[in-house]
Amino acid sequence: MAAEMEPPPLGDAGQTDFREIEDGEGFFVSTVTILESPEPSSPDPPSMPAEGISTNGPKQEDISLDDDPEDLFAEATEEVSLDSPEREPILSDGPSPAITPVTPTAMLTPRMGLGTAEMFERSLDELEEDESGDTFDMHIAVSDPEKVGDGMNAYMGYKVTTKTSMTIFSKNETTVRRRFSDFLGLHSKLASRYLHIGYIVPPAPEKSIVGMTKVKVGKEDLSSAEFVEKRRSALERYLMRTVKHPILLKDPDVMMFLESSELPRAVSTQALSGAGILRMVNKAADAVNKMTIKMNESDAWFEEKHQQFENLDLQLRKLHASVECLVCHRKELSVNTASFAKSAAMLGNSEDHTALSRALSQLAEVEEKIDQLHQDQAYADFYLFSELLGDYVRLITAVKGVFDHRMKTWSKWQDTQLLLQKKREAESKLQFANKPDKLQQAQDEIKEEIEELEGKVQQGEKDFELISKTIRKEVSRFEKERVKDFKVVIIKYLESLVQTQQQLIKYWEAFLPEAKAIA
Amino acid sequence: MEGEPSPRSGACFHQGSFPRAVNVDLQTDATLQVDISDALSERDKVKFTVHTKSTLPNFKQNEFSVVRQHEEFIWLHDSFVENEEYAGYIIPPAPPRPDFDASREKLQKLGEGEGSMTKEEFTKMKQELEAEYLAIFKKTVAMHEVFLCRVAAHPVLRKDMNFHVFLEYNQDLSVRGKNKREKMEDFFKNVVKSADGVLVAGVKDVDDFFEHEKTFLLEYHNRVKDASSKSDRMIRSHKSAADDINRIASTLYTLGTQDSTDVCKFFLKVSELFEKTRKIEARVAADEDLKLADLLKYYLRESQAAKDLLYRRGRALVDYENANKALDKARAKNKDVLQAETSQQVCCQKFEKISESAKQELIDFKTRRVAAFRKNLVELAELELKHAKGNLQLLQSCVGVLKGDT
Repeated sequence: MAAEMEPPPLGDAGQTDFREIEDGEGFFVSTVTILESPEPSSPDPPSMPAEGISTNGPKQEDISLDDDPEDLFAEATEEVSLDSPEREPILSDGPSPAITPVTPTAMLTPRMGLGTAEMFERSLDELEEDESGDTFDMHIAVSDPEKVGDGMNAYMGYKVTTKTSMTIFSKNETTVRRRFSDFLGLHSKLASRYLHIGYIVPPAPEKSIVGMTKVKVGKEDLSSAEFVEKRRSALERYLMRTVKHPILLKDPDVMMFLESSELPRAVSTQALSGAGILRMVNKAADAVNKMTIKMNESDAWFEEKHQQFENLDLQLRKLHASVECLVCHRKELSVNTASFAKSAAMLGNSEDHTALSRALSQLAEVEEKIDQLHQDQAYADFYLFSELLGDYVRLITAVKGVFDHRMKTWSKWQDTQLLLQKKREAESKLQFANKPDKLQQAQDEIKEEIEELEGKVQQGEKDFELISKTIRKEVSRFEKERVKDFKVVIIKYLESLVQTQQQLIKYWEAFLPEAKAIA
Repeated sequence: MEGEPSPRSGACFHQGSFPRAVNVDLQTDATLQVDISDALSERDKVKFTVHTKSTLPNFKQNEFSVVRQHEEFIWLHDSFVENEEYAGYIIPPAPPRPDFDASREKLQKLGEGEGSMTKEEFTKMKQELEAEYLAIFKKTVAMHEVFLCRVAAHPVLRKDMNFHVFLEYNQDLSVRGKNKREKMEDFFKNVVKSADGVLVAGVKDVDDFFEHEKTFLLEYHNRVKDASSKSDRMIRSHKSAADDINRIASTLYTLGTQDSTDVCKFFLKVSELFEKTRKIEARVAADEDLKLADLLKYYLRESQAAKDLLYRRGRALVDYENANKALDKARAKNKDVLQAETSQQVCCQKFEKISESAKQELIDFKTRRVAAFRKNLVELAELELKHAKGNLQLLQSCVGVLKGDT
């Protein structure tokens, strides 16, 4: 059933931005939102401009034409920008309490000495107690990235291991292999199902053409290793956040994703597909609509929360930018320290006073160790702090999206009400019409319409109340998670700083007697 | 005194507030003590108050002060270099020109961008830039002082007439800076000198000591240059990172005040922590600058001065050998023999005089160098330890508080 949700991927038309989108872009950038139309049950989306195929049906498996040419763009299209509240992009449900920090994989060169690996160990003891009293006991690991295939058709496969004691899962431990587009596909399904009724669906990690192309092309350098590691870590966090949401956890697509060994290719996640075009069009339409909806907010809570999230968004983005600067400068510091170390060693070599020469060589060694220290700290800065902030910036975009949906629901309800009123007026006008033969028929028609509309109005009101209630619950859950997340990460980050200082002390303490020994 | 509104004009310092000659280990001697007791920064010049205490008979008083500017220091240095009598000594390197351009530019940019930041941010940045300006100021004072102290400590140079005039004459020395033509002349002189230097250096010396020194100094000078520039870059990155932490602290503070949940306490505490650690990081960078970068820069200049000494000796050697050849020729032709003989005598004397003092100078150079490196490396390590421990304590106490809260 879930498979039917995917409109088939179509040829590539429209614009694509072949660069990594980090921050919000305008609506017309080719952000591929992995969303389809909000109503799962609605009929086919309007025919694709690009190609003739336009069904919402389960034909995707038949479209094999996308497999090869599409592969070029499979991983290479942009994820939704951070600024797209309209379409349900990457939304978050309750964010997970434990930020699962990165465990350095074997792909990374062993620059992780000094026990920093322990710093990043997943905190397995972070369990979450669900409100209803069930213990949440689940642990997902994404590991072993492996390149499959060659050239531009290659992709990264990841191993997803689920360990759980929960009864809804058939096994205690399952391992499957998934690729990036599978994750996007999962998110796309969840988003289309839950976002419009007010659930905060966690956003999936962003696509990156530059990064993936490097990997495809087979560059075995540090930057592509870093890219893969960054992505692996992001995928892990994404899955953990998703399953921590009690509703999403029970979604059949989630279970299928975690358990079934074969998954149908999620091809509608590609930017340049017909679905992609549709998404862009819808996004534009939504943008316009958002501007024209003027909601009478009767609930001060929503007003307040909306403002709060706006403020939080602003500050988090600022913080994120500053932390990224810090990461950059620390990496630079590490490089410069290493280069100074070499220079000091050379100086020591040419110094003809033996004791001084030795001391200078020692200085060079100390500086070399310190450069490593800076590198590790930059790593911590990034994976602990910066990525958390990035995740939350995207999550808040999702939250804002959910608020927007509420607005849309309200608007729909109001529109229906207006329509009902018009019909009623039309009905009363009919009383004074002077065509008795047509009168009865017209009256009956109108009565039918009015009944239907009354039903719709009631439904609209119920929908609105439901979404409001859901959002309240979701926001409170989100806030709880956010507090937990930040607390945990802040402490972890400070501990990384502590460790760096302790190491520094060790190094300088070892050097001091050498310096004093210069006679 | 008058000065422009921003950067701090009339930055005044009083006796004893300067770091003493940090890079050189000098024996100060009661017969002649020189220091810079005060300094004033004006629009584009710095006025140093040179204070002398002496028991030497050639001075009119035992203690006196004059005001000098950078150009006057350069004049004094150049007069040493040009004096043939001092050819056999390492002339203490001239202090670099006070350069506040970068700092001034930053302050100006800050002033222009005032509208775009909050009041707290502005005040904070202004304070920092002012501190930076102050640091540069202190450094330039120290470097001018070191020069004077080196001269005062040198057994021969301290007796120099120009030096005494410099110390005592309380009017303006009317030393104008070099005009364009003179600067061009200097430039060409330098070109010629370096070409000559290469030639002279190619002549193999019979004396092992000097031959070794030649090779050693050449390599050492180059490596010190490299180490100096790399250390500068490293320290700059360090400063940038400290600045980032500053911004992070500000944003965390805003987050903390805005947040209504439990985590606001965390934000505020960490913001406070980062404010403090950032100050420590900035101090680390400043200390590294002082103890490491400045040390390397100074020995870059000193090793150049030592190279110059070797060059002069080499030149004298070449002249001596040429005079010998001329004498032989004259004797062979039996023409102008007396003249050739005198000229050869002069060259010989000159060469031997230089060689004798040069040897001692180079040995002293090594002693000074080793002592200075030792002092600075020890102090560097001690300061790094002090700051790391300070940082550690702040971090640990914060972690303790935060953990207790959760």
